[in-house]
Amino acid sequence: MSDKPSIGFVRHEPISPSPPPVQQAGVVKWMRENLFSNWINSILTILSIYFVAKIILASTPWMWNGVWTTSSLRECREVLQGTSGACWSVLAERWNQMLFGFQYPVEAYWRPTLAFVFLLVSIAPVLFQKLPRKMLIFSAIYPFLAFWLIWGGTLLAPVVVALSLIVGYLAFVKIERLTGFATGLLSGVAAVVMVLYLGSFVTTALPEFIALEPVASRDMGGFMLNLILGTVCVSLSIPLGIVLALGRQSNMPIIKGICVVFIEFIRGVPLITLLFVANVVLSYFFPPGTNLDLILRVIIMITLFSAAYIAEVIRGGLAALPRGQYEAADSLGLDYPQAMRLIILPQALKISIPGIVNVAVGLFKDTTLVSVISMFDLVGMIRGPISSSTAWTGIYWELYLFAILLFFVVCYGISQYSQWLERQLRTDHH
Amino acid sequence: MSSTTQTGTSKFSLSMLINDTRYRSTTFQVIALIGLIFAMGYLVSNLLSNLADAGLNISWRFFGETAGYDINQMPIEYNNQMSHGRASLVGAVNTLIVAFLACVSATILGVIAGVLRLSNNWVVSKLMAIYVEAFRNVPVLIWILIIFLVMSNVLPQPREFRGDAAASSMWFDMVAFTNRGVYIPRLVLEDHGWAVFAAFGLSIIGVFAFRRYARALLFNTGRLIPTFLPSIGILILPTVLVYFALGSPIGLENPALKGFNFKGGLHLRLSLIALWFALAIYTGAFIAENVRAGIQAISHGQTEAAAALGMRPGRIMSLIILPQALRVIVPPLISQYLNITKNSSLAIAVGYMDITGTLGGITLNQTGRAIECILVLMLFYLVISLSISAIMNVYNNAMKLKER
Amino acid sequence: MSEAQMKVSDEIAISIENMNKWYGTFHVLRDINLDVQRGERIVICGPSGSGKSTLIRCINALEEHQKGSITVDGTLLSSDVKNIDKVRSEVGMCFQHFNLFPHLTILENCTLAPIWVRKTPKKEAEETAMHFLEKVKIPEQADKYPGQLSGGQQQRVAIARSLCMKPRIMLFDEPTSALDPEMIKEVLDTMIELAEDGMTMLCVTHEMGFARQVANRVIFMDAGQIVEQNEPEEFFNNPQSDRTKLFLSQILGH
Repeated sequence: MSDKPSIGFVRHEPISPSPPPVQQAGVVKWMRENLFSNWINSILTILSIYFVAKIILASTPWMWNGVWTTSSLRECREVLQGTSGACWSVLAERWNQMLFGFQYPVEAYWRPTLAFVFLLVSIAPVLFQKLPRKMLIFSAIYPFLAFWLIWGGTLLAPVVVALSLIVGYLAFVKIERLTGFATGLLSGVAAVVMVLYLGSFVTTALPEFIALEPVASRDMGGFMLNLILGTVCVSLSIPLGIVLALGRQSNMPIIKGICVVFIEFIRGVPLITLLFVANVVLSYFFPPGTNLDLILRVIIMITLFSAAYIAEVIRGGLAALPRGQYEAADSLGLDYPQAMRLIILPQALKISIPGIVNVAVGLFKDTTLVSVISMFDLVGMIRGPISSSTAWTGIYWELYLFAILLFFVVCYGISQYSQWLERQLRTDHH
Repeated sequence: MSSTTQTGTSKFSLSMLINDTRYRSTTFQVIALIGLIFAMGYLVSNLLSNLADAGLNISWRFFGETAGYDINQMPIEYNNQMSHGRASLVGAVNTLIVAFLACVSATILGVIAGVLRLSNNWVVSKLMAIYVEAFRNVPVLIWILIIFLVMSNVLPQPREFRGDAAASSMWFDMVAFTNRGVYIPRLVLEDHGWAVFAAFGLSIIGVFAFRRYARALLFNTGRLIPTFLPSIGILILPTVLVYFALGSPIGLENPALKGFNFKGGLHLRLSLIALWFALAIYTGAFIAENVRAGIQAISHGQTEAAAALGMRPGRIMSLIILPQALRVIVPPLISQYLNITKNSSLAIAVGYMDITGTLGGITLNQTGRAIECILVLMLFYLVISLSISAIMNVYNNAMKLKER
Repeated sequence: MSEAQMKVSDEIAISIENMNKWYGTFHVLRDINLDVQRGERIVICGPSGSGKSTLIRCINALEEHQKGSITVDGTLLSSDVKNIDKVRSEVGMCFQHFNLFPHLTILENCTLAPIWVRKTPKKEAEETAMHFLEKVKIPEQADKYPGQLSGGQQQRVAIARSLCMKPRIMLFDEPTSALDPEMIKEVLDTMIELAEDGMTMLCVTHEMGFARQVANRVIFMDAGQIVEQNEPEEFFNNPQSDRTKLFLSQILGH
């Protein structure tokens, strides 16, 4: 036995790492492997490069040669003398109309611009969890600040509304502690209504108190209108969407049925039919004599539209929660409203944010449809006042390129955020 | 919620309506139902009093009245003396035509773009990425308008096709691209022309039958016969033989320039072409992303396991990856078809007379019957959407992976 | 056989009479009759699908039963929501997959129910929470999130979370089955300490060493019924039923 070779082995000295053997490296090798590895790939590469080159060669001189300073299309052509070049002067002259619409008072442009900057600041802590939570206070006051900036009027009006919401919330919390969810909710709503009623006396008495020049809704237009419609409708539709999602997955057949019918109806019709409703039919359903502005009617219909899609996203988020969370909440004795508010909804909403952002991007693109019902958003401005003005008839590439640029920057930015967020959430969960 | 069969000793009290789980859900539902009825009643009463104030009522008789307007793209027989109902039907057919064309082309474009996006070729995959990102992030209305404007400004006028030194010429003397639209040959069926189509249909069935036979042969005897070329042969040869045997019964009526315009052939208006191309390219970008996500969703372990079993890449793709990827790709694909159908309603932006343009546009403006028109319009789209969703549910249930 | 036996009182904590449960037509629990005395520690074992988890979930009304009665601490489990809430605040439960709330810190996980269900002021709830976190030996993790803790730590937090409601009965549904082997001991030690303090416990588990050390009674269930029950020594050394013998040979044999 002792002359059988032993199979035991122990390493005493670890092997230190050494560099790999020298290979043929370089651009040529990479190209050969990736771009020209077989004849199909080679053909595709050559075709693609040819295609891209053709586009670049056709468009770059046109863009570079552009004329910025004339005041009509005819003058552009005179300056260019037959060479191909863009007439950028239309942008130089009309950029503010495309951004703000053609009836918004010029001296008030700083107001929506400031509101936009504040929008970015206020939405940042919601989107990026790492930012200090104190910034959320600004996010909470932002809607009222933005309303005052854009629509003007006395500062008291949004202050009264904000006050009513605060009082309502306090009433809800205090009374819910004592008697339960339903009575708490009712007293909260009652408090809101009361404060609004009392506050309306104050605002009608002091219309000039810290007031900005009021701007009517029908004077809003341009890209600003798209942004306003997009942000307002998405924000209003999220609470409605949450209610619809909870109803959609409830066990009670009637409530579930109501929500299903609503959601499937809205998702089955094109947005343009809902805009027709806003334009022509919706006013029939209000009490005789009420005269709501078109933009308000449009906001109502787009909000309903968006709520149905967001409800489906949140339903997916609710379904993605493990059943154990519901059970743990139940076993601790939390009732339905408490379990939803404290445990289920915070988690479900966090999972749903990428989906909600996708719906928001789609909705923002869809706001261009209001141009079909003769509202002058960015597309409506291009097709309407600018294209039909005598100085600029027939021009289209320059205008649409500007529109494409604006939409692309916003939409691509948002979707990049959404992809970043999905990556974060994927590494977050265990 | 626990429920035990009581021995019948507990008394009924009002608070049990809320606290007892047996009655609780009924109570809430009754409250919800009452609330809904009140809300509906309020809205309807407002509607009726507003209508009465305006001197209107709800009536459907206008569908039978004379329309009095022309429709530019007429796939079925129509003139302006026909009824509004007929005009709406023409619009509906137009909607279905452009939706079908766009669905087919968007799928082809999207599948190609999605697969190419995953290729090793850096240039190609980046190009596809640019296509997808550029088109997804801009509203479809803008694409429709741009394509329409480009075509109407760039394509030649019909009169430029005239003369010996014509500035533009037709493709093979059959197809003309002008800024009024595209003129293509019309199929003319003579006596037994239908037989050729029947032969083609039978050939398609024949191809499936042949492939089943080949697979049965493989399972029973282990012999692998080639299927690709014979399938193509079965598809084409019988149809061609029948065509010539019957004396070429299918003819083409070519469009020809007569005067200032093309006559004969099929006239596809620029609005249809622009809408079709815009919808196809825009939705193709979304489909490309769905296809890419579907293929990437199949875990790499599947490919590895198949390779370890000795399968070659072509078989791995067709037997393992694609069937699983299709399960992930088809549901969002079907909802993209839904989106195409709904987005086709943007036709009125370029003057294409789909159902939104006829029923929701001219008929609505002429008759003033807003509520009735919009209701029927919504109903049309709802029926299509619900049918497509039902098909998707059937597909999903059939394809569900069986789990414990 | 330890002095833990001494702490069992005569008072009945849980009384289950003729309890039957069906999932549709599947008869999952058949004629369960069980009386649990205060301070008693019961281990329930059996093959998978025998209904043991379903049984203890019926006790705190996570599942409902169609026939028979369950009385917990004098409260009959009926369809009255008030009864159910009362029972749930007196009975604590630990799950196989811990089910901690991932978006709250450990401390918040523990104070949530006392604040919202018992309406305890926040400061007092936090003191109670820290007390129980110390008891399960992880007070330093109070401000971390569940995702940052190991499986064994999470399960101990789950135990502390239930204890913060000051329950009189604790239910355990396979508390160690989802843990890596090296973490099982820390959780079992916590449960043993709990038992020595006199807590009434019902525990579904496969850990037979734990059963031998701590249980007053071991119950074997199969096909929805209680097949055999006995004191641990008798149960393990002298199984009476053939099914019990088969089961014990499978889990103790290898």
